[in-house]
Amino acid sequence: MLASAVNPYLPELGRVVEVITETPTIKTFRIVLENTEKMQAFDFRPGQVAQLSVFGVGEATFVINSPPTCKDYLQFSVMRAGEVTQKIHQLVPGDPVGVRGPLGNGFPYEAMQAKNIIFIAGGIGMAPLRTLLLFMLENRKDYGEISLIYGARSPQDLCYRYEIPNWQKKGVDVVLTVDAEAPGWTHRVGFVPTVLSEEAPSPNNRIAIVCGPPIMIKFVLFGLRELGFEDWQIYTTLEKRMKCGIGICGRCNMGEKFVCADGPVFSMEELQGMVPEL
Amino acid sequence: MTPAKKAKKKIEEKIFIPQEKLNEVLERLSKHFRVWVPVLSSSSNGWTVEFRPFTIESEPFFTRQSTMPPKSVILPQGETLFQYEYVKNSDDPSKQDLILKETINAEKTLVFGARPCDVRGFVICDWVFLRGLYLDVYYKSRRENTLFATLVCQDADDACFCSSVGGGPGDMEGSDIRITSTSEGFVLEGLNDRAKEVISLCECDPPSEEQSRDAQRIQEEAKNRIIGSLDVSGSVEAVKGQFQNMGVWRDIAESCLSCGVCTYVCPTCYCFTITDEIQGLKGERLRSWDSCMFHQYTQEASGHNPRPTKLERYRNRLGHKFCYFPLRYGGVIACCGCGRCIRSCPVSIDIRSAVERVKEVHSNACVCS
Repeated sequence: MLASAVNPYLPELGRVVEVITETPTIKTFRIVLENTEKMQAFDFRPGQVAQLSVFGVGEATFVINSPPTCKDYLQFSVMRAGEVTQKIHQLVPGDPVGVRGPLGNGFPYEAMQAKNIIFIAGGIGMAPLRTLLLFMLENRKDYGEISLIYGARSPQDLCYRYEIPNWQKKGVDVVLTVDAEAPGWTHRVGFVPTVLSEEAPSPNNRIAIVCGPPIMIKFVLFGLRELGFEDWQIYTTLEKRMKCGIGICGRCNMGEKFVCADGPVFSMEELQGMVPEL
Repeated sequence: MTPAKKAKKKIEEKIFIPQEKLNEVLERLSKHFRVWVPVLSSSSNGWTVEFRPFTIESEPFFTRQSTMPPKSVILPQGETLFQYEYVKNSDDPSKQDLILKETINAEKTLVFGARPCDVRGFVICDWVFLRGLYLDVYYKSRRENTLFATLVCQDADDACFCSSVGGGPGDMEGSDIRITSTSEGFVLEGLNDRAKEVISLCECDPPSEEQSRDAQRIQEEAKNRIIGSLDVSGSVEAVKGQFQNMGVWRDIAESCLSCGVCTYVCPTCYCFTITDEIQGLKGERLRSWDSCMFHQYTQEASGHNPRPTKLERYRNRLGHKFCYFPLRYGGVIACCGCGRCIRSCPVSIDIRSAVERVKEVHSNACVCS
């Protein structure tokens, strides 16, 4: 469902209901659409994105990171980086916003059924993976082993730390890592690609889903290939500067593909066929 | 290969507008349509021809292709997508509500005196705005409310290459009325049902036999004339094959100034940006032309830029027109061969030579490997 079936540029009005401070630079916003029918009908796939508007400042694209079954709110985690995100960070419960979406393709979770899944995330890269992880936990019997390697620069840069024990309770094998030793930190120390090599998950019947900063993705891909993962077993979500979000404005293309409309989720196999313009 | 179906239903209604009666007729049409005509304006920097809304003072100028295409008639350089206003919440005055107002208001429009290449620009853009995953309602409303009276082109120059990209000086794809300029005036022919209203509003007599014969001769000549000699076959493979060969892109685009004029004058360049403006509690969301030749176009908030230099940006422009667009939209080349990018480029980059160069390098690479 698009916010307006008639005018794809017109956002649906919503309101911030809760703000969670995740890290010094990342906040999570829970948003409810004003129109309760549209809120209930807002249907999306894990991995799909939406354009979040602060009227007067502009729009930016974020992944919807609440699970599709959650009809109480739509959740977005926003890293403060530019003009729009700066303004979003100033929002408080009750403030009006606009939501245009869902947009993009989402993860092909049907094709992942009966497979073991390893999520590999760095920093804010956990946001798109969280939705799919929660979706898979809701449909636990459809998937094999689920594991997660999640890293950040420091303990306070990890998102959703308050939820991780719950994921573990539901059977997710979680490995957390930070770049350098920190007081009170009892988990791993080291970059995500290094931890991946140490963990050495078997590629046998396994899908790897990767999201994080470009440099992390680059070395994780190298590591996965070393472990014997083939391109069809690896998925990632891409980021580009987007404006319209619907494949028209021409901004986020990689060759003939538009990240906003054809992505943001791509398998490595698909990426191999695209022009290398990351 | 081209999207819009040829106008099949030929209306046999023809009229003749004597040269001296043109303004009178356009004035009459202006009461029913917003009429755009090409007009000449000169300044200390030289002359330009641009499409402007007709007024009684207008002096329509048809003897040269316009400097700027009539792109802005359908895709204005800047337009409001919607307006918004923050208002106090009646239940809780400490909170604000927001009111959104859509602003789609296309007027009935007639573009009088466009060239076949100009109209072809819209036929190409239709693929993006009307045939993609989402319908662009702003473009659609203007497109549906706009008629094109297109001039059979008799004065192509060295930069023109419409015949190389599927068009031609007599091409009427996407047009509603054919205008043939003869020595005494203009023969107008309706090409579809939409044209009937315009033709009848002109209140003109049918052409004489001689005027008809004149027009037919000009049309035949235009039909048989080949403008330009660029061979676009193989451009898809060549762009993909040479994508990472920065040497060839340096050969082509080293002198590029990233000024973006090629995109602004191009009938098929449609990239836009979306921005907000606000004053006090009232504001607008705007869309305006943007250019893939600008550094900031793909600059991400993190500072990362996937097209950091002019080489990547020119590669994208050429690639989009001759490789990515055809791959996405059933083989359609996103170029109408109007030659404006060639005429306007301050450092004389010629997109025809650029395509030829990429193809040449690619075919040599294929032979050697």
